[in-house]
Amino acid sequence: MSAEQDGPEDRLRRFATIWSRAVFPVTSTSSTRPEFEEQLLPLARRLSEALRGRALDTGEGRAVGAALVAAHCTDPDALSRSLDCVDSYLVLYCGGDGDQEDLRSRSARLQHAMAAGYAHALRERTLAEQEAIAQAALRAQGVVAQALHATEARFRAVFEGAAIGIGIADLDGNVLQVNGALLRMFGITDQTMRGRRVQEWTHPEDAPQTWTLYDELVRGEREHYHVEKAFYRPDGTVLWTNLTVSLLRDADGTPQYQLALMEDTTERRLLNLRLRYEATHDALTGLPNRTFFFERLEKALGAGQGQRFGLCYLDLDGFKTINDSLGHAAGDRLLVEVADRLQSCATAPGEMVARLGGDEFVALTTGPDTEHEVDELAARIMNALIAPISVDGRDLTVRGSIGIVEGPAGERGPAEVLRSADITMYRAKSAGGNRFEIADEEADARAITRHGLTTALPAALERSEFFIEYQPLVHLGDGSVRGAEALVRWLHPQHGVLGPDRFIPLAEHTGLIVPLGRWVLEQSVRQAREWRERYGAGAAGGPLRINVNLSPCQLTHPGLVQDTVDILERAGVDPDALCLEVTESALIGADDDLLKPLRRLAEMGVDIALDDFGTGYSNLANLRRLPVSILKLDRSFTQSMQQFPADPVDLKIVEGIVSLAHSLNLAVTVEGVETGAQAEQLRILGCDTAQGWYYARPGPPERLHELALVDATG
Amino acid sequence: MERPAWAPRSIDISVPSVSRIYDFYLGGSHNFEVDREAARKAMEFMPGLPKIMQANRAFMRRAVRFAADQGVTQFLDVGSGIPTFGNVHEIAQGVSPGAHVVYVDHDPVAVAHSQAVLEGNADAGVVAADLRKPQEILESPEVQRLIDLNRPVALLLVAILHFVEDADDPYGAVAQLRDALAPGSLLVLTHASYEGIPLSPERAEGAVDVYKDIRNPLIMRSREDIARFFEGYDMVEPGLVPMPRWRPETVTDDPDDADPWAFSGFAGVGRTA
Repeated sequence: MSAEQDGPEDRLRRFATIWSRAVFPVTSTSSTRPEFEEQLLPLARRLSEALRGRALDTGEGRAVGAALVAAHCTDPDALSRSLDCVDSYLVLYCGGDGDQEDLRSRSARLQHAMAAGYAHALRERTLAEQEAIAQAALRAQGVVAQALHATEARFRAVFEGAAIGIGIADLDGNVLQVNGALLRMFGITDQTMRGRRVQEWTHPEDAPQTWTLYDELVRGEREHYHVEKAFYRPDGTVLWTNLTVSLLRDADGTPQYQLALMEDTTERRLLNLRLRYEATHDALTGLPNRTFFFERLEKALGAGQGQRFGLCYLDLDGFKTINDSLGHAAGDRLLVEVADRLQSCATAPGEMVARLGGDEFVALTTGPDTEHEVDELAARIMNALIAPISVDGRDLTVRGSIGIVEGPAGERGPAEVLRSADITMYRAKSAGGNRFEIADEEADARAITRHGLTTALPAALERSEFFIEYQPLVHLGDGSVRGAEALVRWLHPQHGVLGPDRFIPLAEHTGLIVPLGRWVLEQSVRQAREWRERYGAGAAGGPLRINVNLSPCQLTHPGLVQDTVDILERAGVDPDALCLEVTESALIGADDDLLKPLRRLAEMGVDIALDDFGTGYSNLANLRRLPVSILKLDRSFTQSMQQFPADPVDLKIVEGIVSLAHSLNLAVTVEGVETGAQAEQLRILGCDTAQGWYYARPGPPERLHELALVDATG
Repeated sequence: MERPAWAPRSIDISVPSVSRIYDFYLGGSHNFEVDREAARKAMEFMPGLPKIMQANRAFMRRAVRFAADQGVTQFLDVGSGIPTFGNVHEIAQGVSPGAHVVYVDHDPVAVAHSQAVLEGNADAGVVAADLRKPQEILESPEVQRLIDLNRPVALLLVAILHFVEDADDPYGAVAQLRDALAPGSLLVLTHASYEGIPLSPERAEGAVDVYKDIRNPLIMRSREDIARFFEGYDMVEPGLVPMPRWRPETVTDDPDDADPWAFSGFAGVGRTA
């Protein structure tokens, strides 16, 4: 824009420049000052023209005031600065040469109009913008609310439809909202639930930390906790729950609400309790069972320093007889009564009674002072059993054997302790029963082997752990082998080879001697046949014979004769190849019934030898009556003859016995011959046959072949 | 589902908003008393705040014109706030009719207002999204509709990055946006700094505290740290400078005449290779 120097256009421009410089610092425009000046120039022109117009158009003033607002001069300072500027320079730069008085008056009126126009426009703009921002806020809220509504509807569905109970309370514990599942769990209505306080829901079974956790949560010190908690329902029943409580914070992190999620575990808990009870209690007596007892024993044995335990292991004496004679139902009723009585014996804290099974019970006492407590406990138990027990109208006397183990905790495991108690109980039983014994280690060790062997015997027979060794019987007259004694051995997997003295008494005790004896007989007879097939008759012309021991138990066994006959027949061996040895003690005072089977066997041709003769104070007169054909002199008579010269008294005795035997037509066999001098002496005394280490130790059947061969060739 | 439904987050106009405070500094009335209260409080410490905003506005105007002159016809204004006057679409479409502009803000009220202002403008749109989640911006329907990422874009980050804390990884966000842009794209950026403020930092901190109080902490960064936002860009002359010194448009527009407050902080434009 070109303007004549100091012409009206130039003066107008100078006015606009001054105006823009005055106002620019207080505008909010993003324009530069020169740009702003360009915006003011048309406004300056309108003012200039209005100033000099024929009639004063104040509308122009108003328009210019409004235009200032439109140019972002919203700061009222912009108006005052503009008015200052107009007042000072409009007439000066744009008035030309008109009437100064009139011009000043017109300028003033234009300024009034500008102020009014500015105020009006600013008001309009402010209102419009306020309206716009309010509308925007409203719309934004609408959008958010809509989104919120969708999520809230979703959450509401989750809340109401959830299978677990959900509840919200404020931090004072006032319940604000709960869902249907929670109401159903508690069995109350929404109305009843509202206004309740969380703190009201205490229960005696609340874990100690339950309410500490609660307090920590509402204080904002904990985000959540999980407990098992019981609640009372209005009807007095108990609701058990798995309860998780979480703290809800607002956007600032300030705690606002507590949220509880609960799962009804009442049924599961009851079931668990019942299963636990059933798993740990004996169905018949209601006493704790073996499992429960082991848990308690384990705990007692794991107790700290200074703690001890005492254990009574009770087994009823003769319970099997009651069961067998009166029936199991009666036996069970007896056990129930015994259990009740035992229960009353162990009522102090730290004491318990359990049934291990059958007629075996245990009583446990724990604490620092069990050393004498356990004795008292055992005495109480023995006492409790004194009064007869009435079953089905009969008064039954019940006795028991008790094994006691007592000691400090922390040394032995439950299995070891229980075994020791068991063994000790057996010791009490072996000693006659109706008593208690206290465990001691040495007795335990002995009993462990005895007990162990006893229980291992049946399986040993099945597994063929037994074998037979043969010790030759030699004719003293010519030194020929006439036969052998069969001696059973047990090759025990742990203990090695055991002699008959170790297990025959046990087998006698358990009755296993019958099958074992039969097996020995079978084996020996079969061996005898083998010898006969191979060597025919012995060197002295007679057949090789086999001597087999017969235990007292076998002697009374009704199948003895038939079994023996069967075995001989099956093997095809003549009865005269067999000699059965019976101990003198087994026949002392024997009546005819006992002797009958032996007599029948003797009649068949089986030789019967009287074993260990001279140890049993036999009624010598009785010898005539016995169906025996051989006397086996006990080794005690021959021992003194190992030295030279032999004890003359012994010589006389042996001589007498031999003479007596021969006069009764009995042969005499001596055992334990260990030296040649001994053998010679016995020969001179008239003994018929001998056995002993001098000739051979017991050995496998092949050894006998060798001896027989030597004998035959020598 | 970050929040449970019974504790809804509504539009809370009782909480000051940075975009409405900005509007107030620019002489607008798109604000509520809470906003003005916070704005006045900050002004007690930094009376020149309106001048800084004005300088931002003026810089943005020049930068948009520069971009349009360079042939850029797509503008992505992140942190656009309340549209008052001299908005990007007015400037851009003034120079280059048909230029496409997308505004992005995370303030729902600013977004709603922008929608009202832009009604009927087919070439401009607004996205409710957050700079801290650049992927949401890039994948928004408006960006998909209006911005062709195969052609240069002017990305405006004017007076926004100083509201993003380091913990929210502003550098990562800026890099992620840069990687989405075609070669020849421009980054238009201003950032608050203690450098250039005609006050001691101790005093300026009072204003910073005000923003902290309204949970929109103002992060003052050094020039060096601000320059790092331009990683991967070539700086357009005159580089990273106080706002009035960035390409004044007319010979008569002497930066030295500008208000001293306008020199607070830095402005710059970078171009992707």
